[in-house]
Amino acid sequence: MSLSDLANPTRFLTLAGRLIPWLAGLTLVLFAVGLTLVARSPADYLQGETVRIMYIHVPSAWLSMLTYTIMAVSALGTLVWRHPLADVAARAAAPIGATFTALALVTGSLWGRPMWGTYWEWDARLTSVLVLFIMYLGLIALWRTIEDPTRGARAAAILILVGSVNLPIIKFSVDWWNTLHQPASVFRLGGPTIDATMLVPLAAMALAFTFLLITLHLAAMRNEILRRRIRALGLTAAGAIR
Amino acid sequence: MIAALGPYAGFILLSYGAAILAAVGLTLWVILDHRRLRNTLAALEARGLTRRSARSAARLAPETPLETQA
Repeated sequence: MSLSDLANPTRFLTLAGRLIPWLAGLTLVLFAVGLTLVARSPADYLQGETVRIMYIHVPSAWLSMLTYTIMAVSALGTLVWRHPLADVAARAAAPIGATFTALALVTGSLWGRPMWGTYWEWDARLTSVLVLFIMYLGLIALWRTIEDPTRGARAAAILILVGSVNLPIIKFSVDWWNTLHQPASVFRLGGPTIDATMLVPLAAMALAFTFLLITLHLAAMRNEILRRRIRALGLTAAGAIR
Repeated sequence: MIAALGPYAGFILLSYGAAILAAVGLTLWVILDHRRLRNTLAALEARGLTRRSARSAARLAPETPLETQA
């Protein structure tokens, strides 16, 4: 099956129906492995056991940005290639991205209070992630406001692409400005600065979270296709009544 | 066991609780939404409403193998 075959929503539904149970099972296994590694990982010499929040906070923060990147690619698919599933993909991803961003903000606050002495600081990293969360909510509201999916798709795609400027700001905010947030310690020139005993569990949890995203996104896309079919049938019925 | 998490155990447990809530919440959302949409679609199709593509596919394909032979 080629990528162009997936442009057909019916074929996509068949493929999603086959893949989702396997992906869900794999996600559960990955979380079991990840949490076991986290339980066996050592406490930090400075932060103590509080470092365990990292294994939740960092993957959810990565996924908040990865989900928006998926939406930005989908927005290009809508505007440039007019791919039939592009807007479906973007729309299905938004609530998932919003949830991961909210989780990153909440766990960040819960980590910040014992380590920094404050739940919140209006510094560049925290504020730019909050902006990302507001972008997600704005996009969900926009899709709900515009009833015609075609018009809604274009408006949302433009807004997504404008909002994607925020992604490099989030990533490099810790380098460009003085912030309370620590600088990048995994994806950086010169390699990770985290010890392998913590890096391996972190990578395992990040993989588990990524598979959770893939599974949920496929399932949400399947739902979105069904929602559009119901809408189309509803319009057909309304036309028949007239 | 909670005591082993040190003086900030509450913050750690709240973080993991929030993660579980988010993962379970999203999973329930997609499952329940799928069930509701599938039921709605089935109800519409039971009323004789079908998609244009499904109608044209049905027109092109023979309904039963017997019809093909006849």
